[in-house]
Amino acid sequence: MPLLEVKNIEKRFGGLKAISNLSFTVEENVVFSIIGPNGAGKTTLFNVLTNIYKPTSGSIFFRGTEITNLPPFRIARLGVSRTFQNLQVFLNMNTLENVMVGCHLRSKSGLIASALRLPSVIREEKQVRAMALEALEFCGLDEFANRPASSLPYGILKKLEIARSLAAKPKLLLMDEPAAGLNDTETAELCQLIKRIRDSGITVVLVEHNMSLVMEISQEVLVLNYGQLLAQGPPGEIQKNPEVIAAYLGEE
Amino acid sequence: MKRLSGFLLFAALCAALPILFPDNYYVTVVGLTVFINIILAVSLNLLMGYAGQISLGHAAFFGLGAYSSAILTIRYGLNPWLAMLAGAAMVMALSYILSRPILRLKGHYLAMATLGLGIIVHIFFVQADELTGGPDGISGLPVLSIMGLPIDSDIRWYWVLCSFMLLTVLFSLNIADSRAGRALSAVHGSEIAAQMMGIDTAKVKSHIFVFSALIASVAGSLFAHQQDFVSPESFSFFFSIELVTMVVLGGLGSTFGAVIGAFILSILPEVLIVFEDFEVLIFGAILMVIMIFLPEGLFVALKNRVIHFMRRSQGGA
Repeated sequence: MPLLEVKNIEKRFGGLKAISNLSFTVEENVVFSIIGPNGAGKTTLFNVLTNIYKPTSGSIFFRGTEITNLPPFRIARLGVSRTFQNLQVFLNMNTLENVMVGCHLRSKSGLIASALRLPSVIREEKQVRAMALEALEFCGLDEFANRPASSLPYGILKKLEIARSLAAKPKLLLMDEPAAGLNDTETAELCQLIKRIRDSGITVVLVEHNMSLVMEISQEVLVLNYGQLLAQGPPGEIQKNPEVIAAYLGEE
Repeated sequence: MKRLSGFLLFAALCAALPILFPDNYYVTVVGLTVFINIILAVSLNLLMGYAGQISLGHAAFFGLGAYSSAILTIRYGLNPWLAMLAGAAMVMALSYILSRPILRLKGHYLAMATLGLGIIVHIFFVQADELTGGPDGISGLPVLSIMGLPIDSDIRWYWVLCSFMLLTVLFSLNIADSRAGRALSAVHGSEIAAQMMGIDTAKVKSHIFVFSALIASVAGSLFAHQQDFVSPESFSFFFSIELVTMVVLGGLGSTFGAVIGAFILSILPEVLIVFEDFEVLIFGAILMVIMIFLPEGLFVALKNRVIHFMRRSQGGA
C-alpha cells in the first residue's frame, strides 16, 4: 500500500484550473519532490492535500484512509505534517514553545486539568518539554530554545517550522520551498537535515525550486506544468526529459 | 516554586492590606470593585489575550450570572449557592451554543457579533421587567453564607472576593503555561499552522469562550449578593468596553497585565475625583498617553524593560 495516493485531483478557482486530473502515489521512506515553473500549482497541491483548499473533484488516500474531506487537524492526527512557504511560525511564543505546540498530538491534558495543574499535567509538561528539546536538537536549534520567535532571523525560522512539524512525529512531512531565501551554507545544512529526516523513517514530499537540492536528495521527482503532470520519474531521467527542459527553458 | 513567585507575592499583598489598613475605604469598599473587575479582566484576557478572540460582550455573561442569582433567590426562593450554580450552568449552555457560530467570525466581524450579544442581553434586562424588574432592577438578595458564616460585612466580602479573584488568577497562570494555553496561543499566532499541528481550533476557541463566560457568571452572582442589588446599567455595553480597555491597558496576553489594567481603571476614577469636573478629561488623557507611549500595555512594557535592564547589568558585570 502506498503512503499517499492521489487520484484524479482537480482544483478550480472560478474559471481557472489550478490543478487538473492529477494522479500520483508516494511510497514510504523516500524524498518525493514536486517541481515546476512558478504558478504550476505546487503550493495549491499542498493546500489540497491538507484540505486547506477543498478539491473540486478527485480523492486522496493516506495509508489507505480517505482524507479528501477531513479537516486539516484530523489529517494531522493521522500523521501528516507540513511547513509553509510563507512562514506560519507562532511569533507570539518562544522557540521552545513553538515546538511544544508541535507535540500537541502526543500529549492530552485538557483545559480544566491545565487550569487546576493536576499532577498528570505537571508530569506531561516535563515529557513535552523533553520531546520538544529533542526535536530542536535534531534541527540544530537548541541554542535558540528560549529566544522569542519574533527575534529570530529568517533562516532559523524556516528550520523552526521543520522542528515544530517533526515534534509531532509525523509519517509524512510536506515541505513547501524550505530552501527559498536561504544562502548556500544554509541550503547545504538543509540538505543534510532532510536526509536525516528521511533516514529517521519519515517520508518527505518537497516542493522546491532549487534544482541541485532536488536532484541530490530525491528518489522520485514529479514535474507540474499548468496544473498538469508533465513527467514523473527518478531525478536522472527527469533532467534529460525534453518536455521538462522545454517547460523550464522554453522551446528552441 | 519560581513559577508562582509573582502570584504568591500578589496574594500576600492582598492578604496584608486589610490587616494593615482595617476599615480603610479604599481597601474594603473600593477593593471589592477592584476584585470583581480583576476577575472579569483576567477571564476576558483568556479569550482575548491568549486566544486572540475579541469579545465586546463580556459584561453580558457577568450580568446573566448576577440576574440569575437575583431572580432565582428572590422570585423562586432558591438557595443562593444553588442559584449561583444554576446561573453558571445556564451561562455555560448559552455560551457553548453561541460559541461555534460566533467564533467562526474573525476580527471586526467577531467584534460586531459579540457587541450584538452584549446589547441584546442588556435590552433583555431592561425590557423583560416582569422577570428582571426593568430599569429599576431587583434588590433585596438573601445573605450569602459559607458553612453557616454569613457574608454580611465589607471585610468578609473582601476575603470572599479576594479568594475567588486569586483562584481566577491562578487558573489563568496555570493555563498560560500548559498544553491548553499553548493551543490558545497557537490559534492566536496562526490558525492554519495550529490546525496542521493537530489542534481542533474551533473546539479550543469554543472551550475558552465557555470557560471565560463561566468565570464571569460566577463573578456576577457574587457581585449581585455583595451589592444586594442588580440593575441593567451595571452590565451595559460600556462596561464591556471598559473590560476590554483594562485588558489592553495592562497588556494583552498577560495575566498580571489584566490585573494591573483592572486595578488602574477601577482606582483611577476614585483618585481623580479631586479634579471634579475635569475628572473624565484627565482620565481619558492618561489612557491615551499610556497607549501612545506603551502600546504593548503598561505591565508588559514595564516587565520587558526590567528584564532588559537586568540582562544588560548582568552582561556588564
